[in-house]
Amino acid sequence: MDWARTIAIARKETLQIRRDLRSLIVVLVMPVMLMSLMGYGINLDQTHVPLCTFDQEGSQQSQDLLKRFAHNKYFDLTLNARNYDEMIAAIDARQCTVGIVIPLLFSQRLREGDAVGVQAIVDGTDPNTANLVIGYAQQVTGDYSTTVAVNFMQRRGLGVVPPLSVDARTWFNEELESRNFIVPGVVAIVMAVIGTFLTSLTIAREWERGTMEQLISTPVSALEVIVGKLVPYFVIGMADAAFCVMIAIWWFEVPLRGSVLVLAGASALFMAAVLLMGFLISVVAGSQLAASQFSLLITFLPSFLLSGFAFPIDQMPLAVRLFTFLIPARYYVVILKAVFLKGSGLVANGSQFLGLTLFTTVVGTMAVRSFKKSL
Amino acid sequence: MSIGANSVEVEDLVKRFGSFTAVNHVTFQARTGEVFGFLGPNGSGKSTTIRILCGLLQPTSGLARVSGIDVAKNPEVVRKNIGYMSQKFSLYNDLTVVENLRFFAGLYGVEGDRLKQRIAWALRMANLEGRESSRTATLPGGWKQRLALGCAVMHQPSVVFLDEPTSGVDPLSRRQFWELIHQMSGEGVTVFVTTHYMDEAEYCNRLALMYRGKLVAFATPSELKRTSMKGDLILLECESLGRAIQLIREIDEVREAAVFGNALHLVMKESSAPIAPLRVHLEAHGIHVTRLEKIRPSLEDAFVALTGHAPEPAAESA
Repeated sequence: MDWARTIAIARKETLQIRRDLRSLIVVLVMPVMLMSLMGYGINLDQTHVPLCTFDQEGSQQSQDLLKRFAHNKYFDLTLNARNYDEMIAAIDARQCTVGIVIPLLFSQRLREGDAVGVQAIVDGTDPNTANLVIGYAQQVTGDYSTTVAVNFMQRRGLGVVPPLSVDARTWFNEELESRNFIVPGVVAIVMAVIGTFLTSLTIAREWERGTMEQLISTPVSALEVIVGKLVPYFVIGMADAAFCVMIAIWWFEVPLRGSVLVLAGASALFMAAVLLMGFLISVVAGSQLAASQFSLLITFLPSFLLSGFAFPIDQMPLAVRLFTFLIPARYYVVILKAVFLKGSGLVANGSQFLGLTLFTTVVGTMAVRSFKKSL
Repeated sequence: MSIGANSVEVEDLVKRFGSFTAVNHVTFQARTGEVFGFLGPNGSGKSTTIRILCGLLQPTSGLARVSGIDVAKNPEVVRKNIGYMSQKFSLYNDLTVVENLRFFAGLYGVEGDRLKQRIAWALRMANLEGRESSRTATLPGGWKQRLALGCAVMHQPSVVFLDEPTSGVDPLSRRQFWELIHQMSGEGVTVFVTTHYMDEAEYCNRLALMYRGKLVAFATPSELKRTSMKGDLILLECESLGRAIQLIREIDEVREAAVFGNALHLVMKESSAPIAPLRVHLEAHGIHVTRLEKIRPSLEDAFVALTGHAPEPAAESA
């Protein structure tokens, strides 16, 4: 590799990037747009679920239980139905997601120590929400049931037996904020999309404009072309990465507990991987249009669905799980979450770093090999 | 390399694209320091041959050597010693004049004082002094061509390949460009140039004429004109050329008849064949003949005689 030729390519590419202001603005605005879109748009927590009640009894005790539902951050009371039909209509109209029905003789049966069922009717069109809602409803009734049981025993003069409970402590994401878990992954998706897009046009553009024929008639080598072109885009890509991380820390207030250095190292490696992927696409695609569409296709959805960013890889079928190893974001998402939330370092993420390095090396070699200096 | 040695050698060169044979067993040599003209209609295999010589295409079979080096085996060594200007304008339009020059100088490893000298030389040669920081996109066609030449020869190569350098350029710029070509040739550079223009072919030391992938002639312009025609060339000026050409073709002694401007050029089957009967034949059909005489063939006549076709006007070719 000849450094003078590599520098000549890098300098030329930098000049061209600087002259193409429109693309440069897109590249700098895109992270802000994607980060806010996905940071706000993707929320796996369910609070303020619209609630509808139907109290068939109307006693003090039944109202007491319903108050526990209504005065809770998980539920918002939207309707006190007077009959079943009214409640069903409200669920149909999406006025509420869950309906709680208190049966007749609720307080009497409780007094007599009988088991009583409280009915919860849940809109199951969104199974994820339905599951969460059922969990919340069980928690509310469980608490109430404990209170009732303790009261019952006290009235009979029996000693108070504290019920068994799990004392759970959550580590790394103490408030179980799904944003803390989502945002670091969003950084990976944004970088994958932008990085690949940046370089996917550069080789195809030279073929389309006819400048490639002149370029390959000179003694410049494939490696020099790719390294030379990589340098300016790497600088832009890393600036974008820093931008994304800053948005994550200062805007979304995701705690950064690990070392900035490990984060930077992983980001540099990941940026190199996606830039080289863009080169490979650019060499293979031939036209700018095909290259840009293809780069979006192979980065956005796979990084979104198969990186473990929001959907756990362990839960995927074996074939899909094996396929995820071909997606560079898979390694980077794990490192990002670990560095952000757990504060773990290089050693703890060793296998991810190794995977990412391997991926980068293979893709880089393929890019250099596929770039032919002939027509 | 001594003067008069061959700096470009092509032996039995074949290039096929699928079932299409673009270059069909072609053999020729270009001597060091000469202006070598590569002539032929669109799709005759000129550009393909030039691209093989620059290492941009692999030959199917045969040998291509530049400065004694086998291009197919050592393309990188060849690339260091040649300059290539492709048919389509292929500099960076979004870079300035001097940025383009500096970029190609960088790729050819021209540095330091030599870089300054070469840039100054290229600007003077291309008549672009004062336009150093103009965007290349804003330059007129002829200026772009001269800049492209400057970029291609930053490293002072011993052989320069120019693929239709003057197509789409105004006549004055074409003339200036040919002056540059002769200047380089005077300095010992072998200039290998393809063209559509017959007047430009006249400026070449030697010509190779390609037709449908085959080399149909390889000689100096004057040799070509002298030897390409077996019979005499006759100029015929008359009324209604369309009808006249029909009538002339009925005459056995005439091998070929073609319209040339506002007259006909006829090639007789034998030299010194009598031409008076032609006038008699036409006047008998009521066509008045204003001029009928034997003339010296032009390069264009030679071209027609060798290929059976008139040269096509300049356009994009493969």
